[in-house]
Amino acid sequence: MAADIDNILGKYRQGRREELIPLLQEIQAAHGYISEEAIVRVGSHLGLSTTKIYGLATFYDQFRFFPAGKIHIKLCNGTSCFMNGSKAVIDRFREELRIEPGQTTRNGNFSLETVTCMGGCHHGPVIMINGEYHIHVQPEQVPELIRRLKYIIDND
Amino acid sequence: MLFTIQVNNKKIKAEKGETILSALNRNGIIIPTLCRMKEFTPTGACRICVVEVEGRDRLVTACSQPVEEWMKIKTHSPRVITARKTIVELLLSNHPDDCLYCDRNLNCELQRLAEELNIRERRIKGKKTKQRLDQSSPAIVRELAKCILCGRCVRVCEELITCTSLDFINRGRLTHIGAAMDKDFNFSSCIHCGQCVLVCPTGALHEKHNITEVQEYLNKQDVVKAIQYSPAVASGIAEELGIRNSRDFDKSLNAILRKIGFDKIYSTGVGTDICVTEIVNSMMEKPAGDSPQPLYISACPAWVKYAEQFTPSILPSLSKIKSPQQITGILIKTLVAGQLGVKPEQVFSVSVSPCIAMKYEARRDGMMRKGISDVDSVMTVRELARLIRLNGIDVTNIEKEPADEPLSGRSSSAVLAEVSGGLAESVIRLLYFRKTGKEIDRQEFRKLRLSGIFRESVFTIDDREIKVAVVDGLSGLEKLRSAQASGTVYDLVEVMTCQGGCIHGAGLPFASSREELRARAKQVYQADDTEAINLPCKSPTLINLCEKMLKENKEISDKTIFYTHFEKRNVLL
Repeated sequence: MAADIDNILGKYRQGRREELIPLLQEIQAAHGYISEEAIVRVGSHLGLSTTKIYGLATFYDQFRFFPAGKIHIKLCNGTSCFMNGSKAVIDRFREELRIEPGQTTRNGNFSLETVTCMGGCHHGPVIMINGEYHIHVQPEQVPELIRRLKYIIDND
Repeated sequence: MLFTIQVNNKKIKAEKGETILSALNRNGIIIPTLCRMKEFTPTGACRICVVEVEGRDRLVTACSQPVEEWMKIKTHSPRVITARKTIVELLLSNHPDDCLYCDRNLNCELQRLAEELNIRERRIKGKKTKQRLDQSSPAIVRELAKCILCGRCVRVCEELITCTSLDFINRGRLTHIGAAMDKDFNFSSCIHCGQCVLVCPTGALHEKHNITEVQEYLNKQDVVKAIQYSPAVASGIAEELGIRNSRDFDKSLNAILRKIGFDKIYSTGVGTDICVTEIVNSMMEKPAGDSPQPLYISACPAWVKYAEQFTPSILPSLSKIKSPQQITGILIKTLVAGQLGVKPEQVFSVSVSPCIAMKYEARRDGMMRKGISDVDSVMTVRELARLIRLNGIDVTNIEKEPADEPLSGRSSSAVLAEVSGGLAESVIRLLYFRKTGKEIDRQEFRKLRLSGIFRESVFTIDDREIKVAVVDGLSGLEKLRSAQASGTVYDLVEVMTCQGGCIHGAGLPFASSREELRARAKQVYQADDTEAINLPCKSPTLINLCEKMLKENKEISDKTIFYTHFEKRNVLL
């Protein structure tokens, strides 16, 4: 992982402040999340305090600070999906998996993330499971969905 | 360039380039503010200071909007008042209503605003912020539920202290102030200077209280209750308790402390005198032009932690002498305990300090011998004032009493050490006296006594040039670094974390405008001018200590006890 960060930092040799967000995005794309180590390394590369970087990164929904699970579920909470009842779906996922959006289950199987729009506004509520769209999701479908996903993980 | 603007149908003069707020303030119109801090660039975040400008659809923030010639301003129209009131009501909507139990009760800017704007009911009901209490730091307590997100602490920490240990974390409703990775404060790069506490408008940031602990020990019969206080404390207490004539108030303070129940009262100034003497000793021993590294004075505990974290490379040239408070603490636990015939653990040693970082310093590694800490408990000036009020002591009509021997007297150098540049000045004075046998002319120090975050001066002592730099507030370190990079070699560098020195310490009363700070500094210089004993080596207490008592007491005779060690710290920077 350290070598990865070295590679990415190497692309931003100038070490300018405005490169912070692209840098973090690239690290997240490579690792799936932003680790404490990554923040420290980026901080010393750009001459920024880790507090500032963490503060900025938490402002944006796109950055995660825990490794993503084997199955990463994105839950849309944009205006259209919200009007179609996405809140109940999100709550159901939180109850079933006992984690909050942004967290990963302890066994590393599932992680949740709320996003503001995935471009499926007329099909809401929309969720995305490992890059695959599921539309018109109803809260009652959630337990069955999770059971199926668990089955897939167990037999993988 | 002056021009006329119209405010509330009256004409007033405004200057080009200034903000609406400063023009209004100069003309005696008061606008409430919350996120504004005088010496900082305005952010216009809280929007309490909004005013109505004719021709603009929206209200504008007076603190950040430059004044223009055509402006017709209404400062207290119904629309403005409603806006301000709504802002405060919204701030209160998720605020815990526990003013009675709050640290800042009767001294809170939010409370005052609510009062001024005549808010009498909770009109807007918001979901209360979850209580989160961070007591992990030895000096500063954070109560996140009371935070109104004005961002003053963030800016002070970044712009004034240059530590950047605090920032806004998350967004929207979830926004809160925190350290890197949202960890508890003791893991952060915080140096415990407490400037954030000084600017916090509510009780969200305050010092860790030791009053209960002190009270507990005051009621114990079998311990000797010893207290030491530094010269800035007496005037600070006078300020906090509203005593106008604070001259010689330290003598009254002695009487007050005895009434509270302290057995022995000592002066931290003795420790300062020893500290200055030891620094001069090490400078005398160091041959001229020995190393390009200067001797950094280590009396400011926040600066020491800063150096340990951010600039570990200078640690070898950081003076290893403990701070005055710790030295006095050691003397109390060894010498005084010996004289009184009690064991060191039977002495409860309290220190009153204008500084919050002293609380952290007393808990530092190396400030303890055989399980006995040098100083048991540290109180700020505000805490002591609270203790005085708690004990119901009439401070207006109090007799004057001296402090206790053997740690009673001090030189005026000890007072001087409370202002930025004072410690360096004391060192140079003593060095000059030791080398030449004469006293240095005070006029020589005028360059060190100027204002500005970085000051330097050259002194010729015995054909040797001594170059002294004073860093007044950590933001001045940048200038020191660039001066050193360009090849200037200093012999002595004094760094003070708080701008102005200990008289701007975070344990002192909250009001701290530039004028008040200047008044505090003036008091210090006046004391230095009028007091008879102006060099540590002339103080009878110190002479007595060095000649006799230190030699007789085996534990402290070799003086290694006054020294400590500093190590690089690994924290998230």
